[in-house]
Amino acid sequence: MSSTTDPRAADGTRRRRRGPRTWLATLPLLAFTGLCFGIPLGAMAYGAVTRTDPASGATRVTGEHLARSLQGPYLDSLIGSVQLSALTALVGGVLGVVIAQAVVTSRSAGLRSAALTASGVLANFGGVPLAFAFIATVGISGVVTRLADLTDLGWNLYSFTGLTVVYLYFLIPLMVLVIAPALDGLRPQWREAAQNSGATGRQFWRHVGLPVLAPSLLGGFVLLFGTAFAAHATAAALVGGSVPLVTLKIADALSGNVLTGQENVALALGLDMILIAGLVMAVYLPLQRRSARWLR
Amino acid sequence: MLSSSARRGAAVLLSAAVLTTLSACGAAPDPKSGGADGAKNGVQPGAATSVADFGSLEALAAAAQKEGELNVIALPPDWANYGEIIKAFEAKYKIKVNSENPDASSSDEIAAVKSRKGQKRAPDVLDLGIAFARSGAAENLFAPYKVTAWDKIPAAQKDADGRWTNDYGGYVSIGCDAARITTCPQTFADLLKPEYKGKVALNGNPTKSGSAFGGVYAAALANKGSFADIQPGIDFFGQLKKSGNFIPVESTPATVEKGETPISIDWDYLNAGYADQFKGKGVDWKVAVPTDGVYAQYYSQAVNKDAPHPAAARLWLEFLYGPEGQNLWLKGYARPVLLPGMTQDGTADQAAVAKLPQVQGTPAFPASEELDKAKAILAEKWDKALS
Repeated sequence: MSSTTDPRAADGTRRRRRGPRTWLATLPLLAFTGLCFGIPLGAMAYGAVTRTDPASGATRVTGEHLARSLQGPYLDSLIGSVQLSALTALVGGVLGVVIAQAVVTSRSAGLRSAALTASGVLANFGGVPLAFAFIATVGISGVVTRLADLTDLGWNLYSFTGLTVVYLYFLIPLMVLVIAPALDGLRPQWREAAQNSGATGRQFWRHVGLPVLAPSLLGGFVLLFGTAFAAHATAAALVGGSVPLVTLKIADALSGNVLTGQENVALALGLDMILIAGLVMAVYLPLQRRSARWLR
Repeated sequence: MLSSSARRGAAVLLSAAVLTTLSACGAAPDPKSGGADGAKNGVQPGAATSVADFGSLEALAAAAQKEGELNVIALPPDWANYGEIIKAFEAKYKIKVNSENPDASSSDEIAAVKSRKGQKRAPDVLDLGIAFARSGAAENLFAPYKVTAWDKIPAAQKDADGRWTNDYGGYVSIGCDAARITTCPQTFADLLKPEYKGKVALNGNPTKSGSAFGGVYAAALANKGSFADIQPGIDFFGQLKKSGNFIPVESTPATVEKGETPISIDWDYLNAGYADQFKGKGVDWKVAVPTDGVYAQYYSQAVNKDAPHPAAARLWLEFLYGPEGQNLWLKGYARPVLLPGMTQDGTADQAAVAKLPQVQGTPAFPASEELDKAKAILAEKWDKALS
């Protein structure tokens, strides 16, 4: 993006100098990105579109892996992953904002630091330990399940709903962590100004609060979506193959004891995942750029 | 300024470091230049196809000891008694066994062979699921080697060229916690009873785990299916899921001990092992091989064609297929491939045989094409049936 089209340059005070020297400083980052993301991505893309004949060792370009990754159980798993991620990101995002707003506006500094620290810990509590914590509490013979007769109420941890609840356990704290600084950025003066002009609380949120927060909310949603989309260990330990998820399918195809010669389909599925993540980012980035300046 | 001697010291250190690095990730010794390690008749260890190429077992052991090390992969110490097997081999031949990634899968093993071709860290020997043994042989990754006991192994359980040989296996069995379940199920048909609601588990996802796949195959046989037709097995689990009996959580020692998977379909050697493991922990684990769906599956042993320690790899095979190795597997409740012969000539460990779950008849094995077809159908249909 050139500086002439940069919206932030319009006010004249934030114009950035983009000389060759600033370029130099980003070189380590670019080298790191190229090495740690570029090479695996290249290898994945290459594997997704080629096929090596086991007998002769000859490699040829083919679209069959990508085609297979978009049909049958593989397509189901992609759809299942998108559904689960979108649902958990939405619910987690909304609940996270509500909790964060409560924490940010409360006058107790103790509550604030406790909530944020707990969020930091919980947001990173995932994988197999989390799955087992849930199995022990609300699994079929879990402590809470038996005390509260959850099974009679139709509760089943090993289902789409169960998985959603487990995911929310680490997604809500993540949202609190991400959104709290943005909520802090909502100046009290704006609210006072709105009130002085006769706006109701609802009108303030509708015309000032939410538009200003929109990019951060969307950013939070994208982050949550991505986290849920890429999660694997928790789901693997909990539901095995009974909720179709793309990460589980990739694991099946890539490292299993049953299916042979599926590695390239796994790579194609990885490529599909990157495409979906890219699409989500493509929605988020322009919006974020448009209104990020309010929260400086 | 450095003094000249310090500089020289640094140079020596540096070159030593370079040399170590080079040799650490350098190529394996070229089998053709191995000269002194070579076997009789000018055959090199890497090309030896039987102990005769070395002259004698002692000569093979000597060549292996010269190499001094053996790289193994994907051998969990608590699986089929591999922990004790490795210790026994190390003690007997004074060869160091480097055990890498014990929980790896068969495809991880094949990937390690391919990606570390020519390196010293490449695995020497592989313990593979049958599908990977066959595909690996087709890709020409294995060295043909016929162990001394070769003739006693049934033809259906070995590659005609000796590129892989079945080593040990077991039957699909139903493990059941008698402390929590009043009447333990004995057959697949039993599993459908309403009293087992929310209690039946597999030990993995059958598109990934070999034992779970075996469970579905056995269920197919129990429901008028055949080796060529796995669909009835998939339908059976779909029915179990609908009735609420099936829980998709993958049973592990942890879920068994916790009581989350009170009924678990798994290999009989793992289930029998659990029974020992959980004695006195509030779990009374009983094992039954279902009479309506008898399915046995064996793992296969193969030697990496580019093994960095070719003689040690061959010695490992001779050890595994000798009475000592076979009995050690037996001790871990696995059924070694030579068990029928050993029971007849009395070399089998009688106490260990008596502890195995009872099975009638001899196992049959699906042909390659049948297995491939079953897998393709399973990969296609399993998710739908279970969701």
